[in-house]
Amino acid sequence: MFASGGTEADATAIHAMAPGRRLIISAVEHDAIRAAADNPVVLPVGSDGITDVAALEVLLRDGIPSLVCLMLANNETGVIQPIREAASICRRHQALLHVDAVQGAGRLDVSLQALGAHSLAVSSHKLGGPAGAGALLMAPEAPFLAPLMSGGGQERGRRGGTQAVALIAGFAAAAIASQSDDLAQVAGLRDAIEQAALTAGAIVCGDPGHRLANTTCLGLPGVRADAQVIALDLDQIAVSAGAACSSGKVARSHVLHAMGLEALAGQAIRVSLPWNVSQQDVDAFTSAYPRMVARLRSPLVPHAA
Amino acid sequence: MTVAPPRPNQPIYLDNQATTRCDPRVVQAMLPFFSEDYGNPHSVEHAMGRRAEEAVEHARTQVAKLLGTDEKEIIFTSGATEANNIAIKGAARFATGTGNTRRRIITVATEHKCVLEAVADMAAEGFEPVVLPVRADGLLDPDELRHALSAPTLLVSVMAVNNETGVVQDIAGLASIAKQAGALFHTDLAQAAGKIPVDLSGWKIDLASVSGHKLYGPKGVGALYVRRRPRVRLTPLFSGGGQERGVRSGTLPTPLIVGLGTACDLAAAEMGAEAERIAGLRRRLLDRLAADIPDLQVNGSLQARIAGNLNLTFPSATAIDLMQAIPDLCVSTGSACSSAAVEPSYVLRAMGLSDHAAASTLRIGIGRFTSAADIDYAAAALAAAHAAVAVTQSDHRTRA
Repeated sequence: MFASGGTEADATAIHAMAPGRRLIISAVEHDAIRAAADNPVVLPVGSDGITDVAALEVLLRDGIPSLVCLMLANNETGVIQPIREAASICRRHQALLHVDAVQGAGRLDVSLQALGAHSLAVSSHKLGGPAGAGALLMAPEAPFLAPLMSGGGQERGRRGGTQAVALIAGFAAAAIASQSDDLAQVAGLRDAIEQAALTAGAIVCGDPGHRLANTTCLGLPGVRADAQVIALDLDQIAVSAGAACSSGKVARSHVLHAMGLEALAGQAIRVSLPWNVSQQDVDAFTSAYPRMVARLRSPLVPHAA
Repeated sequence: MTVAPPRPNQPIYLDNQATTRCDPRVVQAMLPFFSEDYGNPHSVEHAMGRRAEEAVEHARTQVAKLLGTDEKEIIFTSGATEANNIAIKGAARFATGTGNTRRRIITVATEHKCVLEAVADMAAEGFEPVVLPVRADGLLDPDELRHALSAPTLLVSVMAVNNETGVVQDIAGLASIAKQAGALFHTDLAQAAGKIPVDLSGWKIDLASVSGHKLYGPKGVGALYVRRRPRVRLTPLFSGGGQERGVRSGTLPTPLIVGLGTACDLAAAEMGAEAERIAGLRRRLLDRLAADIPDLQVNGSLQARIAGNLNLTFPSATAIDLMQAIPDLCVSTGSACSSAAVEPSYVLRAMGLSDHAAASTLRIGIGRFTSAADIDYAAAALAAAHAAVAVTQSDHRTRA
């Protein structure tokens, strides 16, 4: 089912499958899931950012019909969740599993069958396609109680509204193109960025062994994230202090908080590399980052240490 | 008689109520935001995000100007269907949360399917949908609305321009009747914006929906007008990152919004001259068809109607027969959403047409990119096809 984006796809999945079910979500889900999930049970994550699937198994043993929402890869840390394992636990206990694959699609092998999920949300503009398109993939056995958006009966009655043909064609082309991205090369460039940051005193948040190739979350103890972002922006480098949706807000990252990294929750930046990242981009970062650290950690600049 | 289209191998598009060609000037305005300025407009801490944000806010003023409102009253959505859903369900659900006891939601039988469905959906949440009839000319009788408002009413939703007949309702008048009864007033402007002058603030409208692709903008974007003084409160249809003041979450598609803004800007500048030109083309088409097909019937008021629409019942051929006879003429049997369904149009039935008459009816939508040559071809081809079908049918009858 084509939708206007990942947020609508997530909301549709919950709207269509949650009625009559207990909702279980991980502590690091995107706000699209957190806002749509009414009064959910929250699964903890470890300091590595990985969801405790043993806790899921224990929870589901009571046999209460449940809908579990887990993201494939986190939008702030890039940490990849053990979806296959969670899916087999869900299937064993007749629970439904919805996977927010917005960050994973185009960067990981994503299919309903391979992941064992009942539904999967993807977004076009996170994988090189146009903003304004997304999709909800649904397994044949997934229930669909009611559409979120009523209308002219498009998308087999599951989503009203004229399909955005140009965007959908762009989404498809981006999905195909993403299959030939050289992710090993992207990972190499990401590692170079990380190495430079580590040397300058940063801490990498999230399990380095289970991450998207393009993402790193860099905590800098004692230096506010917004100051880091602004300093890098002056050096023509665009990064963010957490999710873009929450940019400009003072709220601290719920993701780092859930990982027990409260101290770093307002002091971490997200670096996520585009599909066309170049060595020059990386060089610019590796020279700007230590400069930024030196300036912001200078005793002449007040900061909340 | 053989008739050839003006451009070989290129269909003539006379279905501008289904969708419109994206104006090349709109495409031009959108392109940089795909390729160069592709930042997320919510990433306001860096330069690329801010450039996108500025473009979005500029587009918001362009949309507001066309509608006669303030830019703070414009929320971007994925289209009119979403805007209609947010307006109707959002207003109803918010009222439930505040203990408002008004439960009636009034709409009209000829509304777009998404409005009828959204209103019907609210019955399951304890609301009382009331669907008003229309007169034979497609217009809502204000007394019908007054009568329905005798019970405490939360919301009235009436479209400004019908998508099948092009009939224009008296929105300012109907809104003032609804206001007197203390009800909110929503209008679906999908077919009206850019076609007729709109003054939402002057008309005292509470909620209004706009679609990008019906006014030569891109598909996948629309807008919802939410009145600020007095403020209309809505429960969002879905939540998330909290964009658009929490009413509509999700990353804003900057290029599409720039396209919508540009389309509104062009419409505001060119609407008057364009409507005049299109009305001339329609007169030309109708005059020729009426001369060749004596019992041709126009459905819906010709006076209260947008310039580009004709809804025609043919005396001796069904719509399907005509469309099959002229494959390079793009017209429709009803709204595009329900084109695949063979049911007769509920809009025409609400206006009193028989199933047979509804099945013999074509919707013709003339637009910005329609030429006089297109019209001449359509007139000649339709008249020829109608004559041919009529002859075949009378042959059948003679043999039988």
